[in-house]
Amino acid sequence: MKEKIKARVMDSRKIKRAFNRMATEITERNRDLNNLVIIGIRTRGVHIAKRIAKLIKEYDNVEVPMGILDITLYRDDFSELEDKHIVKKTEINFSIENKDVLLVDDVLFTGRTIRAAMDSLIDLGRPKTIQLLVFIDRGHKELPIKADYTGKSLPTSRREQVKVKLKEIDKKDEVLITEPGGIG
Amino acid sequence: MSFNKKHLLGIQYLTKSEILTILDTAESLKEISKREVKKVPALRGKTIINLFFEPSTRTRSSFELAAKRLSADISSFSKASSSAVKGETLKDTVLNLEAMQTDALIIRHSASGTPHFLSTFCRSHVINAGDGTHEHPTQALLDAFTIREEKGKLKGLKVVIVGDILHSRVARSNMFLLNKMGVKVVLVGPPGLVPPQMARLGAQVDYNMDRAVQDADVIMMLRIQLERQQKNFFPSVREYRNLFSLTPKRFETARKNAIIMHPGPINRDIEISTQLADSLKSVILKQVENGIAIRMAVLYLLLGGKERDVTD
Repeated sequence: MKEKIKARVMDSRKIKRAFNRMATEITERNRDLNNLVIIGIRTRGVHIAKRIAKLIKEYDNVEVPMGILDITLYRDDFSELEDKHIVKKTEINFSIENKDVLLVDDVLFTGRTIRAAMDSLIDLGRPKTIQLLVFIDRGHKELPIKADYTGKSLPTSRREQVKVKLKEIDKKDEVLITEPGGIG
Repeated sequence: MSFNKKHLLGIQYLTKSEILTILDTAESLKEISKREVKKVPALRGKTIINLFFEPSTRTRSSFELAAKRLSADISSFSKASSSAVKGETLKDTVLNLEAMQTDALIIRHSASGTPHFLSTFCRSHVINAGDGTHEHPTQALLDAFTIREEKGKLKGLKVVIVGDILHSRVARSNMFLLNKMGVKVVLVGPPGLVPPQMARLGAQVDYNMDRAVQDADVIMMLRIQLERQQKNFFPSVREYRNLFSLTPKRFETARKNAIIMHPGPINRDIEISTQLADSLKSVILKQVENGIAIRMAVLYLLLGGKERDVTD
């Protein structure tokens, strides 16, 4: 489907500033950084998580363990209508028991991904806390879920889509609001 | 990657890309069995029935555990405990089970083609767990998965399959699969058990095991089906052992990193020496471990994993 770019809401400078701010907030709030682990939700959450881990290392010289979560098997929106979703690996090579888990995703929309991610985490152990970082909070939540750290709050209409583009996969850092194009 | 089949009847009917989707999905799912809580909710609410009209320990419990690790509900029936002993036809048995709102039927039967027959009238997904001398698709998939895991690839390898090829559905499914993936297959055994026509299925036939195992990357031993030997497919077990048993001496001529496989159950010191079966070169128990991941992948791809939209 063709899509139309409606607005470029963040460029690489703004994105960098947002990352720096969030990393500072995390280090301020988590006194014991040695108890912190970061888990990124596939796909873009993983790259955001890596950048945060790198910044924490720069600021406080703490190496925070990083894991990757695939939430496909925990989704609640399975139906028989469309293509199957391919399962990818969950790679968490440490125990999350009693840890402060920082869960990372790119966009917070309905909250259902985060619900699935929390169910999945809790099956892996009992963390001391779960904190949520999202790069964009776009509204329209369907579940009582709120982010602890947000790159930017961006009110949108349901029809619009928010694209967080990252250098690691998209060659360029930017945040776009797009809309599905007209017929044809 | 995509997978849009309704049933899993055999490797013959799968494309290379579908096979790769199953293998890759299994790779993602394998980690679940190593967790403390070995369970994910993906197939919650699905009902699966294991219908085993032939004896089995591995395949049956493997399917059961795979279903349970995906949170599906599964019941198992064996021939002895089913109404088949009271004279009910297979079709009636299946229709009665389907009336209980099943989502999938896993069937093993001594008659080749039984899963096909079920697929002609079943609403549920049909999964072939071994039919006569036809196919045993999940075994071939777990074998390919194990080879790929050990060797890092499939294409270009040489796999030697030794034993009772004639009666082996494992050999047939493996041949179909390995052919599609660009693996060279050599079949070895006494002529009574390896008719030269088998070459038409896309393999090379060799009656000299010493020659065949040279340069092999994988040696797959099959069980000598002693229960079928009344018909004299080969002169004697002693002669068979002399010519076709995998011994340390024979194994020496294979490639340095060659691995030994066996679908089980093994006859120790008949088709394979105990020493080799228990050696580090043997991946027999890894095959069993990978069987769970493969069956989870098959169940997941057939029964679940479809979704409306990904906007979140």
